Amino acid sequence: MQRRSILSLPAGLLFLFPASVFVIAFIILPFFWIAAVSFTNRTLTGRTALEPEFVGFANYLRLFDPDRFLQSGEFGASLILTGQFVFFSAILGQALLGLVLAWFFYNQRGWVQSLVQTVAILAWIMPDVVVAFAWFAFLDRDAGTLNQILSGLGLGRPDWLLALPMASIIIFNIWRGTAFSMLLFSSAFGSIPPSHLETASVAGASTWQKLRDIILPLISTHIVTCLILITLWTFNTFTPFLLTGGGPAFQTEVVSIYTYRTAFQFFRFGLGGAVGMVMMLINLAFALVYLYILRSQKVRT
Amino acid sequence: MKRPMRFFVGRIAFYVGACLFASFFVLPLLWLTVAPFNTLATLSVQFPEEWSLANFQRVFANTFAIRALVQNSVIQAGGAMLLVTVTATLAAYALSRSTIKGATVISYGLVLFSSVVTGTAAMVPIFLMVHRMGLIDTHLAVVLVFTGGLLPAAIFIMRDFVDSIPRSYEESALVAGASPWRVFNDIALPIVRPGMMVIAVWAFVNVWGGFLIPFILLRSPDRMPASVAIYSFYTEAGTPLITLTAAYSLLYSLPVLLLYLFVNWKYGFRFFGGIKS
Repeated sequence: MQRRSILSLPAGLLFLFPASVFVIAFIILPFFWIAAVSFTNRTLTGRTALEPEFVGFANYLRLFDPDRFLQSGEFGASLILTGQFVFFSAILGQALLGLVLAWFFYNQRGWVQSLVQTVAILAWIMPDVVVAFAWFAFLDRDAGTLNQILSGLGLGRPDWLLALPMASIIIFNIWRGTAFSMLLFSSAFGSIPPSHLETASVAGASTWQKLRDIILPLISTHIVTCLILITLWTFNTFTPFLLTGGGPAFQTEVVSIYTYRTAFQFFRFGLGGAVGMVMMLINLAFALVYLYILRSQKVRT
Repeated sequence: MKRPMRFFVGRIAFYVGACLFASFFVLPLLWLTVAPFNTLATLSVQFPEEWSLANFQRVFANTFAIRALVQNSVIQAGGAMLLVTVTATLAAYALSRSTIKGATVISYGLVLFSSVVTGTAAMVPIFLMVHRMGLIDTHLAVVLVFTGGLLPAAIFIMRDFVDSIPRSYEESALVAGASPWRVFNDIALPIVRPGMMVIAVWAFVNVWGGFLIPFILLRSPDRMPASVAIYSFYTEAGTPLITLTAAYSLLYSLPVLLLYLFVNWKYGFRFFGGIKS
């Protein structure tokens, strides 16, 4: 049955207009603008600010120059660091811990569950700079809570942000973002009909078998959604900058910080634009994979 | 006898596990709960010998920091919140109720595009565009950029909301001869108000906590929001004033905490899809 439309087409377009202006100006236009800028030698001041020259692929060749690509502080090294950061903090950390938490509290609703859930959500929603300060205090070598606990257990006092900077921002990001995966998996578990599990229990299935053979297949769409989204977010997050500034010695310079340093420390917008363009293409690849998987799931069901 | 024994072991294991999980999330925040009230606060978690509000008094005496918090952050987060909520509601209503072809494709495409053009990846063109518009170092620039970035997800969530309300009221009003605007304003709007609340809170919290956009778009200290101004508590020798930073951090987090409590009380912190940018 054809549903009658409540809003005529002209009225609909009028309603859409204000939002379209913002979306076109600040989402769609930047995408093409960055492509254009990345082929120039645009800077903030000086002659090339007013009359940027077309330099072809020079910026990209500079980024992917094999002689320096993997050197510390260069683009390739930054991409590798980002890969480690995303793999350990998002995929292994947030998704796995979120799944464990959701499983741990499955069918355990009560004050304990809401307490853990609340503190995880707090870690997730507090402003970036505040959690960065809290973590400075937490990781401080001499006075920090973490080292007080560790040394109390006889495990020494590592200087986290200087000696183990990558581990620090990975643990930080797990702490920061696990709430999302936890909430997503909790709601996914909630959608599983209890009868499935009861039948399995009657048939003598162990907890592990139930998880592997019933629950995980049923929530596979949720898992894919979760993985892609947290990968995208972690890939694009700028918050490690507040903890380490990318240092020491570029050891935590993930691509978001690399972009910032290229574009705003030396105001080389052409080169910074090329970095941003590569970031967007990687984002696009993730997003397309996501859409593709969602679509094939829909077709199947 | 065997069964109760196993039950108790299971319960104990459950509480031990829950304790470990809770401490992982709580420990890094402990410092924030005691240091603001301690005039001798260091980076360690130590309960003050005397709980005091002196740190807060000193923060309130700092006009720059207070203006950042109660003026600049409020203008920027409030402005973006209003723009996002109003324009997203209008757009979502249009996508849900008009004959625009491919409304679903449009809203999915928007979300896709907005997850590709993120603030970090697009910082160069965003800066250059704002520069070209002559809006560098203005509140308006921050408001506009955040509005553009948050809108796609806001429209997506809002469209779900509008889709879920029955069309019959609007249809009968239309039959009775009401104009499209009246149908929207008098009938649809009151029903989708909870959805607008959710969008408003979400947008406010996102802009309130945002650091990178104001950090690259603003120059002058009088327009900095709290997220950037928090880096100003240093002594003349350049050592950070831990006491003031701690007190300011708590003040700055307060709206977020209150909004969380409000949403939790009013709607329950339900899950609205992937809505954190």
